Amino acid sequence: MAATQVIRSEWTKIRSVASTVWTLSLAVVVTIALGMLISALSKNEFGAMGPRERLSFDPTFVSFAGMALGQLAMIVFGVLVVSNEYSTGMIRTSLAAVPRRGAFLASKVAVATGLALLVGMATAFAAFFLGQAMLGPQLRTTLDAPGVLRAVVGGGLYMTLIAVFSMGVAVMLRSPMLSLGVLMPFFFLVSNILANVSATRKIGQYLPDQAGSRIMRVLPRVGDDTPYGPWGGLGIMVLWVLAALAGGYALLRRRDA
Amino acid sequence: MIEIVGLSKRYGEKPAVDGLTFTVRPGTVTGFLGPNGAGKSTTMRMILGLDHPTGGDVRIDGRHYHELANPLTYIGALLDAKAVHGGRSARNHLLCLAQSNGIPARRVDEVLETVGLTAVARKKAKGFSLGMSQRLGIAGALLGDPRILMFDEPVNGLDPEGIHWIRGLMKSLAAQGRTVFVSSHLMSEMALTADHLVVIGQGRLLADTTMADFIERNSRSYVRIRTPDRERLLDALHAAGIAVVETGEGLLEVDGGSPERIGELAARHRVVLHELSVRQSSLEDAFMRLTAQSVEYHAQPEPAGQPWGAHWNARTAAPAASSGTPPAATPATTPTTTPTEG
Repeated sequence: MAATQVIRSEWTKIRSVASTVWTLSLAVVVTIALGMLISALSKNEFGAMGPRERLSFDPTFVSFAGMALGQLAMIVFGVLVVSNEYSTGMIRTSLAAVPRRGAFLASKVAVATGLALLVGMATAFAAFFLGQAMLGPQLRTTLDAPGVLRAVVGGGLYMTLIAVFSMGVAVMLRSPMLSLGVLMPFFFLVSNILANVSATRKIGQYLPDQAGSRIMRVLPRVGDDTPYGPWGGLGIMVLWVLAALAGGYALLRRRDA
Repeated sequence: MIEIVGLSKRYGEKPAVDGLTFTVRPGTVTGFLGPNGAGKSTTMRMILGLDHPTGGDVRIDGRHYHELANPLTYIGALLDAKAVHGGRSARNHLLCLAQSNGIPARRVDEVLETVGLTAVARKKAKGFSLGMSQRLGIAGALLGDPRILMFDEPVNGLDPEGIHWIRGLMKSLAAQGRTVFVSSHLMSEMALTADHLVVIGQGRLLADTTMADFIERNSRSYVRIRTPDRERLLDALHAAGIAVVETGEGLLEVDGGSPERIGELAARHRVVLHELSVRQSSLEDAFMRLTAQSVEYHAQPEPAGQPWGAHWNARTAAPAASSGTPPAATPATTPTTTPTEG
């Protein structure tokens, strides 16, 4: 069985369900719109900021402010791509057609990752340009300024990796409700709390979203003491993603469908 | 050909399939019969490599399922008609299956035509009735033009027209020389479609025989007698050495008896008969007798003399009254069919 057959099949699957369209559109719209809104608000507040805050003002990161909510739609995308198979019972039909489970999982994840990367990159660039437009000529930065292109590309990679991590978790947990019930509060609340409370910051900074989002900053945060740089942070996130996929594969191989 | 050797599956301590060995031969319809919970679906899932056996082996044309290059072109299966993403159209559902096995897209339209779903090919599967879902599942099984077809309870929940269609389809598939392996919990259904019969109960093989042989061995014939003069006829029959069973309502039954002999005997003793007829017990009865020992969930008569729920209403420490009561609803006769041919 050629790998291309299974990839074509997974592409047909992903493009033929409505959830793909609405989760990805939501991710695009929310990330861009919220980024524009926060950028516009920041422009008005800049005058009221203290000198220290002005020095660490990061126009690129401000335009990515919508990512905190937009990533939730990417999580839903990643979860549904996988758990749709389980919640509908389609998994048995799929695995009867493609009994080599490694090939099945690899193709599914590859197709969904490719699509997420495309949408993530487009979103990151759009959010950057539109955000800069809202910030106005005094505050805005450009792609050729040091570190900006890295941050924008990093934003696209971050959105992709969040989706892939969710796929791995969904393979392990199977149920869409359970997967979303774990991932949504974790990324929206728990991780932020762990990373911002001083007692738990040492651990919190290694969580996938906290480490991964470092790449979207051109200027480090005030008092930033993270022991990794932008790419180091993304590397930590990649390790999380690989671990989730490996866990999913191990369970998928062993489990009865 | 599907070869199953010593196949076992346990869920925890409970065996679902227990050392099954049989072969599904090409060019026949093999019926896979057993009461609910006998392990039919589990066996079929293991054939497709969906469930991992705890012991034994399944091979399709000599190979394990996961070793088949494009499995849908060897064996097509319908296990659960509802195992479809409801948001996907019928055509896209079949298209993604076809692509995964290198089957050309025009074959999708062919099978949609075969099962009569062309008109709703672009409709979402969640709007399908059970009958339409069943047809879509069968289209998926036929997609790769496989030599072996496997259906799990294909007529369950179908209307008479759908049932008629499925029966005809299975016969025509076998007539084309394909192997058809179909499960059911209805003996009467199998009698209409199957050439060969594999019967299981509680995961164990109870019979592996041809349909004709099963019918011959199991269709018990008996003579039924109704008479107002019961005592005298009984005496006469006993004197002649004919074993008779009283079945209540004044009815007598003589197993395998000859109506001529009984009629003549009654005439000689001047006993009036209201009925003297030869009866055949149904295959359904034969199946019930065969599986009586192995039915997992027997209907129990409600224990008399105690108001319902009295034991737990009274907060007694005793376990539920129904646990451990042995009697089966059917008379426990020993199975009359023995495994043949291996």
